[in-house]
Amino acid sequence: MFLKNPLYCVLCLIAAFFNVAGLFLLAGAEFLSMILVIVYVGAVIVLFLFVVMMLDVQKESLNHQFPSPYIKATGTLAFIFAIELLFTAYHWWHSPKASELAAFSSSSSVSNTHALGELIYTHYFYIFQVSGIILFVSMIGAIVLTHQQSKSGTKRQSISRQLKRNKENSLKLVKIGFHKGLEK
Amino acid sequence: MFVGVSHYLILSSLLFSLGTLGVFLNRRHVINILMSIELILLAVNVNFVAFSAELKDLSGQVFSLFILTVAAAEAAIGLAILVVYFRNRQTIDIDDATQMKG
Repeated sequence: MFLKNPLYCVLCLIAAFFNVAGLFLLAGAEFLSMILVIVYVGAVIVLFLFVVMMLDVQKESLNHQFPSPYIKATGTLAFIFAIELLFTAYHWWHSPKASELAAFSSSSSVSNTHALGELIYTHYFYIFQVSGIILFVSMIGAIVLTHQQSKSGTKRQSISRQLKRNKENSLKLVKIGFHKGLEK
Repeated sequence: MFVGVSHYLILSSLLFSLGTLGVFLNRRHVINILMSIELILLAVNVNFVAFSAELKDLSGQVFSLFILTVAAAEAAIGLAILVVYFRNRQTIDIDDATQMKG
């Protein structure tokens, strides 16, 4: 996050995503791991890389001093935050009865993907649909935001004019006399 | 070495702190902030999956899946806004974005 070139930041983000995908695999969530590799490293990170390369940001990335004026406040804030989180994480324990309260216990008889799919298409079906709608809206929004009208000089296809054109308003038969040519 | 849920929690808290630090300390580009947000959401996902594996409960993984969906949509929209902004202003520095004039 603190490298000079944003390209290297994106590459480090790819490395972090791969690490977490491996950890998911170790934790037994194969489907999520594959989704993380395919969707994130395959699509989102490529989008990031594309934007970074297209915007050509590395020219202007040097005109800020690196230790920003806020480094003391944010540094202490993040330090306290990290210490608290680490403390919580280290002294974590949960009650032995907690696993009995599981809403949908994962069984070892079917694969992870199978169980996840069954759960998504039955109990979480509406949320699944809503997430699909969110993706659809974001796709439309991204296209509408980045789509720009082409300049007025370029010729474009006008479908209504094309459809209105027929034989009567476009063709004219002219008889041409001998040695006269076509009169204007 | 036995890898328990607390190791996952430590990793995810480190990732989360790094992400927040990236958001706050960043003085250069909006795109770095977007990447930091991705990192934070990744930390949340690590937490969900760790507890899902520990408690043998699948709903954590389902929620992690939905978080991934929303994060992907957010990244797409954010990058689209960034592209439009760059087209209008020719820069994506944060310090220049302090005023919103037309």
